[in-house]
Amino acid sequence: MSLRLFLALAFATSSAFAQTTLLNVSYDPTRELYQDFNAAFAKAWQAKTGEKVSVRQSHAGSGGQARKVIDGLEADVVTLALAYDIDAIARKSGLLPPDWQAKLPRNSTPYTSTIVLLVRKGNPKGIKDWDDLVKPGVAVITPNPKTSGGAQWNYLAAWEYAKRKYGGDAAAKDFVTRLYQNVPVLDSGARGSTTTFVERGVGDVFISWENEAFLAQKELGPDKFEIVVPSLSILAEPPVAVVETNAAKHGTAAVARAYLEYLYSDQGQEIAAKHFYRPSDPKVAARYAKQFPKVSLFTIDTAFGGWQKASKTHFQDGGTFDEIYRPGAKAQ
Amino acid sequence: MSVSTAIATAFDPDGPRVLAARVTRRRASVLPGFGLSLGFTLVYLSLIVLIPLSAAFFKTAQMTWPAFVETVTTPRAIASYKLTFGASLAAAATNALFGLIVAWVLTRYPFPGRRMADALVDLPFALPTAVAGIALTGLFAPNGWFGQGLSQAGIKVAFTPLGVYVALTFIGLPFVVRTVQPVLATLPHELEEAAATLGAGAAQTFRRVVLPIVLPALLTGFALAFARAVGEYGSVIFIAGNMPMISEITPLVIITRLEQYDYQGATAISVVMLVVSFALLLLINLLQAWTRRRLGAQV
Repeated sequence: MSLRLFLALAFATSSAFAQTTLLNVSYDPTRELYQDFNAAFAKAWQAKTGEKVSVRQSHAGSGGQARKVIDGLEADVVTLALAYDIDAIARKSGLLPPDWQAKLPRNSTPYTSTIVLLVRKGNPKGIKDWDDLVKPGVAVITPNPKTSGGAQWNYLAAWEYAKRKYGGDAAAKDFVTRLYQNVPVLDSGARGSTTTFVERGVGDVFISWENEAFLAQKELGPDKFEIVVPSLSILAEPPVAVVETNAAKHGTAAVARAYLEYLYSDQGQEIAAKHFYRPSDPKVAARYAKQFPKVSLFTIDTAFGGWQKASKTHFQDGGTFDEIYRPGAKAQ
Repeated sequence: MSVSTAIATAFDPDGPRVLAARVTRRRASVLPGFGLSLGFTLVYLSLIVLIPLSAAFFKTAQMTWPAFVETVTTPRAIASYKLTFGASLAAAATNALFGLIVAWVLTRYPFPGRRMADALVDLPFALPTAVAGIALTGLFAPNGWFGQGLSQAGIKVAFTPLGVYVALTFIGLPFVVRTVQPVLATLPHELEEAAATLGAGAAQTFRRVVLPIVLPALLTGFALAFARAVGEYGSVIFIAGNMPMISEITPLVIITRLEQYDYQGATAISVVMLVVSFALLLLINLLQAWTRRRLGAQV
């Protein structure tokens, strides 16, 4: 309660001085994307309305970001790693309506991504597909699915691969258990894992957002890392939404909506593609088709029956992820 | 709740009674404003410490007893208590030993750069803990300065429980040095000289003369370093590896539960931490009071 009051005061005072300010609460690896996008949007918005707008951004593991919004961080828009986290905001705080996902085109998902494997130059461990991740002696880096949205996509991608290949959930559970027994460090967010793998030199393979893998390669040179595309992966759909109650309170409802709609515009889609997010607009997607490897993708809805179900089965207390770390839990 | 009443009674018996006794004995106190300052102290303590902490107890009180027990005794929670309290005790003990030596050198031997060295001691206080964590991880990671050599020797520090211990030792050092230093500074050389003239060797002088005087302060420093280590999050999180059952500290278990919107589970584990920490600190304080009394009787 006191935190909420404090934040309310902090934001009330800060917004009294600034022009229009938006707060975009996002997940871990979108820093660079939104830095670019915010500047482009501010320019476009001023050209259109004459109004100056500045967008502040906040990044961390997706689940934690959602909790902060529930606890009173007055986000105008949220751009999180998975629909489940925005659902949680709607359910627990009522700051946005339960049908938020119908408010913007394509299930409120302006860009998509997928999960790929990043390995060190020359691929010394010969990683080619998910199967190689459970081999003895391979160290796998992935964040903690309890706190990281990206890690949940990773987990589900591995699960579905094993389920299809070895037949059934029991085999999938065994596969994922063996995979996590090869994980030496569980960071709380995707960016932390990138640091562990890239800067600290820990691990042989990093299960990563595709955009994060491309970024690591771009920043540090293709001579250090290689991207391995698995035979099957998940279509990751990070959604966006206006936090309606907050935006109404700040008088930013119109600009917040315009901000998210701009993500769907040609310019917005181009910026997303430049930061290695897969554009959802077919025209822009076609233009950048060469940039993205062809992967056979499945969606969470078809494979797991949606986020609510997947989260309950796998990530909540007593779910399959907890069972991996039960003492005496062993893969057969 | 039985836990909160335990704390309440633990707080009560000593304080007010001793104070009441003092009030009746000395009617005209030399120090003015006793009533006012006592009132202020109680209000301040309640406002800053008791009320926020009782919020944790209230939130937990919404759980049923079996649910509470189940939450706080999950194997992961228990493994994390062992790590957090074990590593904190080990780190505080290490600091008690080496902090005493540092404090001794800083007070007893003039050497060039002593003030610099003295100022260095405070750095772990001032540094944002996340910075400390990242710096330590950089050093001890397999490709870091220390980590390279250590990994050749087959020792892994970063991303293991050993890393937790290293981080906690780092942040705890100033507590011991800064509590022991003033006592050592006021310890007259003559005491040691007298012991020497009476035929005591260096070891005997330390054991029978210096240590008893320093011990209460050393215990306070130990308690402070321990308390700080138990609650430490920022510096540990980067170096720990955060593997459930192995290198996951209790504060991380609490944060993880919060991030999953499990507020009650988070506060339940916090309550366990609070109670255990409070019991341990009380124990150390009693030990300290006992050594002081014993020392008072001796001198």
